[in-house]
Amino acid sequence: MSTDAASLEFRDVVKRYPGADENAVDELSLELPAGEICVLVGPSGCGKTTAMRMVNRMIDITTGDILLDGRSVTERKAADLRRDIGYVIQQIGLFPHRTIADNIATVPRLLGWDKQRVSERIDELLDLIGLGSEMRDRYPAQLSGGQRQRVGVARALAADPPLMLMDEPFGAIDPINRERLQNEFLRLQAELRKTIVFVTHDIDEAIKMGDRIAVLRKGGRLAQYASPAELLMFPADPFVEDFVGADRALKRLALQRVRDIELWNGALCRVGEETSAVRARLAEADLEFPLLVDGQGRPKGWLSERGLSGERVREDIRSRAEPVLDLDDILRDALSDLLSTETMYGPVVDAEGTVRGVLSLRAIANALNIAPEEVPSSAELASGALTQ
Amino acid sequence: MIVASLFAQAPQVPEGFFTQRDPDDLSCVAENGFCPGWIVENFERYVDPFFEHVYLVAVSVAIGFAIAFCLGLLAHRQRWLTGPLIGATAALYTIPSIALFLLLLPITGRGNTTAIIALVAYTQLIIFRNMVNGLRNVPADAVDAAAGMGLTPTQTLLRVEVPMALPEILAGLRIAASTTVGLATLAFFAGAGGLGAQIDAQINFKSNVVVAGGLAVVLAAALDLLVLGMQRALMPWRRAAPA
Ligand SMILES: Nc1ncnc2c1ncn2[C@@H]1O[C@H](COP(=O)(O)OP(=O)(O)OP(=O)(O)O)[C@@H](O)[C@H]1O
Ligand SMILES: [Mg+2]
Repeated sequence: MSTDAASLEFRDVVKRYPGADENAVDELSLELPAGEICVLVGPSGCGKTTAMRMVNRMIDITTGDILLDGRSVTERKAADLRRDIGYVIQQIGLFPHRTIADNIATVPRLLGWDKQRVSERIDELLDLIGLGSEMRDRYPAQLSGGQRQRVGVARALAADPPLMLMDEPFGAIDPINRERLQNEFLRLQAELRKTIVFVTHDIDEAIKMGDRIAVLRKGGRLAQYASPAELLMFPADPFVEDFVGADRALKRLALQRVRDIELWNGALCRVGEETSAVRARLAEADLEFPLLVDGQGRPKGWLSERGLSGERVREDIRSRAEPVLDLDDILRDALSDLLSTETMYGPVVDAEGTVRGVLSLRAIANALNIAPEEVPSSAELASGALTQ
Repeated sequence: MIVASLFAQAPQVPEGFFTQRDPDDLSCVAENGFCPGWIVENFERYVDPFFEHVYLVAVSVAIGFAIAFCLGLLAHRQRWLTGPLIGATAALYTIPSIALFLLLLPITGRGNTTAIIALVAYTQLIIFRNMVNGLRNVPADAVDAAAGMGLTPTQTLLRVEVPMALPEILAGLRIAASTTVGLATLAFFAGAGGLGAQIDAQINFKSNVVVAGGLAVVLAAALDLLVLGMQRALMPWRRAAPA
């Protein structure tokens, strides 16, 4: 259903507001491949919004150029250009005097779609953002903040634009709903694969949402343009290092799943098995206690010395195998589980509940040494989760 | 009404007054009192003045609204015009009404035209000011979103800004309509008819003043309800209960 996403390039873009003695955006050059999310992030007033709004010519470029699929945005009439670019702002800007359906239909109607097509598109989009079709005839005032934000996104997606501009789209939403909306949006993007310029001042949101992150500093100067993992591992200068925060190692863990790192080998054993075989396996394992599993290979607990003292393995557990971690868990959450149960190890299971290895604090520490190219972005994680 | 009494001649006894059968009524009328019987018998004579009045008000408010609406749109596009236009419409508003009717007489002569010109002038300040305020109070984010989605400035104005300013615009229209009903009672100074001429004809006769004045009040109330109805019909979103 999707039109092809567009590539985007900023070429030495400068913006100086009339009367200002400093550039708001200074010699900005960026390339964004089609289908990726580029997050513009930086402290307040550093020129993020200005940079974004020059793309759809809501603000005039002073010098330099912005190319959409290789073509300058200044070549087209502003209104025509904007109909091809989805636009979402923090305040959402839904039209209070129009129903949800009419709000969503804004651009398709400007483009002259026929009634039938517009109506089908409205249903399709309401479904996509998880709102029932009974919402069609409501007014924005009758929706919750989160619902309104979803409608704002649906409205921007209505004519299936190859590029989306989003200025702090989740900025006004409470933290719990923001997280939900972010996840929903990443799932949506995994399907739609739009090219997206996403503005935020929140580095965590940037890391979560971006395939690439452009960190801007005051005066609209680009401090670093890199993937989230690279940004976290190799901040270009003290400004970026400070901006990404002292907990950047922890933040990197949010970019990885348990399945992405090398797990420890545990010695698995079953009740009634010969203890000599278990002892042989223990010698090979990374861990000195065997893990007792049931017939299906599901974890029962860590076996005690006494359990191994006879000829055959007896069910004698020193401690329950908690926490049990999932291959699909985000590494940071897995670490948090380990820390909160005050343990160093946890068995890792697959979707069937079968043990596939052991996650240890040491394994996590090792994972932080992986080269950034091998660390996926959250957007990629989301699309991975979708294809499984 | 001081000027009115200067102009008014000595009260004449209208034709047919003394053919009344009811002696109470006769004496009531002779005393210029409030006589229900007389009112019922003579109500017919108010029909034409009433509709003349409706005509004056409707035409003046319609023309006044059209002019002020266009001026409002103009001032919204050319911000610098707002101040001068507010000043000009406010200046018109401060001219005493009777003076304006009399001032226009040498230029446009006696009749409805003169009255309507003056009445239109008085609607300008209220409608224009509400229009400008209404447009100015439209939330910037809706306008920004509209432009960002590719509505042209004219489309943004007509499809987003004006509809969203409608509550204030119509509030201005309501006030303008009731004010005009009142001012139109003075239109007879310009030689126009209406309820004012009827009042003036027998200014000392209580029944007359009460009926003609009462009809003006009824007209004002009816117009108010009409605009209110328009508001409800045009703005269903204002009735939608918030979540
Ligand atoms: N219309 C304008 N006229 C003049 N100066 C402006 C205008 N808009 C923004 N600026 C200035 O340009 C600079 C960049 O502003 P911009 O809105 O792009 O920052 P931002 O990074 O989006 O900030 P925030 O995180 O607070 O939204 C600021 O110093 C701001 O004061
Ligand atoms: Mg901003």
